[in-house]
Amino acid sequence: MTVSYYPGCTLKTKAKNLDLYARKCAEALGIALEEIPEWQCCGGCYPVAKDEIATKLSSVRALAAAKEKGQTLVTVCSACHNVIKRVNHDMQTDEEIRDKVNRYRAPDEPYEGETNVLHYIEMLRDLVGFDKIKEKVVNPLAGKKIAAYYGCLLLRPGKVMAFDNPENPSILEDFIRALGAEPVLYPARNECCGGYLTLEDPEIPKKRSETVLQSAQNHGAEVVTTACPLCLYNLQKNGGSEIPVVYITELLAEALGLK
Amino acid sequence: MEQNNFKETVLRISGVNPKKCMRCGKCSGACPNYDEMEFHPHQFVSMVENGEIEKLMTSPSVYKCLTCFACVERCPRQVEPAKLIEAVRLCVIRQAGQNHLKPDQIPEMLDEDLPQQAIVSAFRKFTK
Amino acid sequence: MQRIGVFVCWCGSNIAATVDVKKVAETLGKEPCVVYYENYQYMCSEEGQNKIINAIHEHKLSGIVICSCSPRMHEATFRRTAQKAGLNPYMVEIANIREQCSWIHKDMATATEKAIILGRAAIAKVHLNTPLQAGESPVVKRALVIGGGIAGIQTALDIADAGFEVDIVEKKPTIGGKMSQIDKTFPTLDCSACILTPKMVDVAQNEKIHIYSYSEVAAVKGFVGNFDVTIKRKARYVKEELCTGCGACTEKCPQKKVPNDFNLGLDNKHAIYIPFAQAVPKVATIDPDYCMMLKTGKCGVCSKVCAAGAIDYKQQDELVQQQYGAIVVATGYNPIDLKNYDEFAYSQSPDVVTSLEFERLTNAAGPTGGVLLRPSDRQHPHTIVFVQCVGSRESGEGCGKTYCSKICCMYTAKHAMLTREKYPDTEVYVFYIDVRTPGKNFDEFYRRAVEEYGVHYIKGMVGKVSPENGKLMVQASDLLDNKQLKIEADLVVLAAAIEPDPSARPLATMLTTQMDTNDFFTEAHPKLRPVESATAGIFLSGCCQGPKDIPETVSQASACAAKVIGLLAKDKLLGNPCVAESNELMCNGCSSCEKVCPYGAISYVDKEFKMPNRTIAVRRVANVNPAVCQGCGACTVACPSGAMDLKGFSNSQIMAEVDAICK
Repeated sequence: MTVSYYPGCTLKTKAKNLDLYARKCAEALGIALEEIPEWQCCGGCYPVAKDEIATKLSSVRALAAAKEKGQTLVTVCSACHNVIKRVNHDMQTDEEIRDKVNRYRAPDEPYEGETNVLHYIEMLRDLVGFDKIKEKVVNPLAGKKIAAYYGCLLLRPGKVMAFDNPENPSILEDFIRALGAEPVLYPARNECCGGYLTLEDPEIPKKRSETVLQSAQNHGAEVVTTACPLCLYNLQKNGGSEIPVVYITELLAEALGLK
Repeated sequence: MEQNNFKETVLRISGVNPKKCMRCGKCSGACPNYDEMEFHPHQFVSMVENGEIEKLMTSPSVYKCLTCFACVERCPRQVEPAKLIEAVRLCVIRQAGQNHLKPDQIPEMLDEDLPQQAIVSAFRKFTK
Repeated sequence: MQRIGVFVCWCGSNIAATVDVKKVAETLGKEPCVVYYENYQYMCSEEGQNKIINAIHEHKLSGIVICSCSPRMHEATFRRTAQKAGLNPYMVEIANIREQCSWIHKDMATATEKAIILGRAAIAKVHLNTPLQAGESPVVKRALVIGGGIAGIQTALDIADAGFEVDIVEKKPTIGGKMSQIDKTFPTLDCSACILTPKMVDVAQNEKIHIYSYSEVAAVKGFVGNFDVTIKRKARYVKEELCTGCGACTEKCPQKKVPNDFNLGLDNKHAIYIPFAQAVPKVATIDPDYCMMLKTGKCGVCSKVCAAGAIDYKQQDELVQQQYGAIVVATGYNPIDLKNYDEFAYSQSPDVVTSLEFERLTNAAGPTGGVLLRPSDRQHPHTIVFVQCVGSRESGEGCGKTYCSKICCMYTAKHAMLTREKYPDTEVYVFYIDVRTPGKNFDEFYRRAVEEYGVHYIKGMVGKVSPENGKLMVQASDLLDNKQLKIEADLVVLAAAIEPDPSARPLATMLTTQMDTNDFFTEAHPKLRPVESATAGIFLSGCCQGPKDIPETVSQASACAAKVIGLLAKDKLLGNPCVAESNELMCNGCSSCEKVCPYGAISYVDKEFKMPNRTIAVRRVANVNPAVCQGCGACTVACPSGAMDLKGFSNSQIMAEVDAICK
């Protein structure tokens, strides 16, 4: 199966491992990730204001490109996923935004939110199946206590992202179980890491990230895993703990013997 | 007069109806960054409704919201306070010369591990 | 030709201030066949009614039009007036010139013109009115009460007290309902069991009352006075008439890991069980999902230890047919499922409980023997946080309820107060949006919790509960102090919204009664007929109609019983003559009417018709049961051939009204 792949800018530089292993593992699991040609940066944050049009265009271009090929659009960075999924929702439900965007792009065929957007982890669950991944694991992460960190971007707003129960998600825990490790449930796994505020006021991400890691460690975590480069940065840099924080694709590659 | 204009703008670009709020305060109970903010999510809702937009615009609180949407997710009346905070911030930075973040500030903020996602996001949030 | 009289009412200034009543009367007086007209200040008063009676006599009126308030208000009044004067009550028409005219218009000229048009339409209808006679049907002197909680119990006792037979159908193995699970009752704090169980015994011992426990209503046919009900008695695998309730079986049963629903899953029971000590009937029931004998055929311990020989593994569900004159719905409520409120960690921590679970944790017959211990480690909690309005008062776009669940403020005050009284070393916080205590001695009760017992009431809401290090970290807002609080709690109690029992929806369909969007049964009138449904003979008792506390439920239950008694006391019932009738010659047998009839009043029969040349044809035609028909008119609209008509609201009458308006 072939899907359209939107890596996002950070995956080309600071988060190369997230991208590298996403591609390697997908290939091993029988999914071809076809990178969208000339994709543009999603902007990192979803533009919340209803009158913002230009900032949504890069996402729409990626969505329309996937639609043209009749492919599902897969992202692995939580931030890109959040932006593209929400813009897609706008294109489906907000007539004003849809009209303005389409008039701006002036394409032959207007885009109306037809593309199915999946996060890499959803792709693993829905297009591959955690059971099948379990079968392909050659190096089970047995005995490892892994805490999944969702942050805010994968889950919220719950109705739009439709990713999992935003207050008590389980998809990453199921994934961790499929790799042979033991998932750690901890309450801060859907709390914000502090995000981009690290630029001007690192004290805030410090407090936030410390809370997250402390909570994970209180519940016995040995490793924390995330799909977001900025979350990873904050947890590592501002989390005040030596606990390893790795990308979900790194865990997967390790278990599949690809690392 | 200008106050009313700001209120109109905030309501229009946020799409929020603050009248739906029942003053339960769950947004401020949910907010992870509450202690960093001068005005808290529930106050944004009531102050917007009362037209006290300029007070909010001059408060550093508009740059403290993480837009993590915990308040939006948990609001029992679907008021969506985070969207109001975003709209108030936009009222500030859309004015001439009001960018909160300037490119020449960036170099000193960088460290070698910082993902550019942080810079891109901050620019989108803090500048026009 | 009719001789019509027109009576225009001023309704004090309600009509006369906006409508020129004199002009209306004079103008309508010129309509064909109108032989008399008059206007008067209060047509509904005795003086006004006498004017009508005199006019009917003096002018030999055959039909009258009253231009007044809504027919919902005084149609019955004026029909009685006509009857007193010897006129068939269905020769009266009301033109609503108040709600539909004077109250919604400001300009007198416009309003007067409209009043004249409305009056003219009513006159056009009276032209075609024919005297109608209501039919009679006998009343079965027996009532069915569906649900054996405090509402059903009180209604049944009151009906039985008046000398009528009552059957209670209860889906659980015992009657008692939610009240049997509650520890103490506000605002007087008497023990719930102490005031409930004597009533349960009264029910058991009352010769007029029969309990079908562990049973459900399977089908309902018929109409007011003559309901035909099928009751499904579920197999309990114990012969009710033989079981003595000694409990030997429940002690010896080897299957001990069955979640105890009476204690809301906080402890376990055996596969054969009696829900609680004072159960009525005190009869054991086998849970077929857990009984080894029923599942695998291996065990049979209970059968061996039962001295009465009451165990019957081969028992089957049984259907019972019974006739009733009246049916009372008392299906009650449940707390909502909290799966959509994981921010409060209900599914993540056993120490986050609902208020009903808290009742069991403080009840002497509960899993902890009445000692307040938190479920995770059976330790005494030193800090308890109560969260109000969980799932209540929401916008309706999310997962919660739009209504106030009404009982939570008071029971939380009770929980908080009792905790402080019994365990003064415990800090108790209550997070509230509003404290709503409109009831006798209710606000005083809440104030005592604050002032005498030192409960910390905080205006604000909990945003997140995080289980950390064996504690529950509660993050909440304090709106009055403009602070965010972080409380390390041992136990969090959620006041979950209440919703109607899931059995209510299918039951409403069976009974053809109306529900609101929340699945609460709709009363016939929110103020003036609060315990009747809009379907004749179906009555409402307790929380199935809306959230209620115990005092209110009991009042409503007795009110409901009074209405039932009023019905059962009659030997015969007068029907509503404004029912549908089918013109068999025009009916094409398509069943459209049968499908739309919300009351099941229409059936089809094969009927012989004389055809030309002395032949006989059998045709399938609609047949309306006038005792069941409520005169809603849905069938007349659905009928494609125009065969179905509604007496008193015939197609020709309605067309005449429309023509008069469009003239």
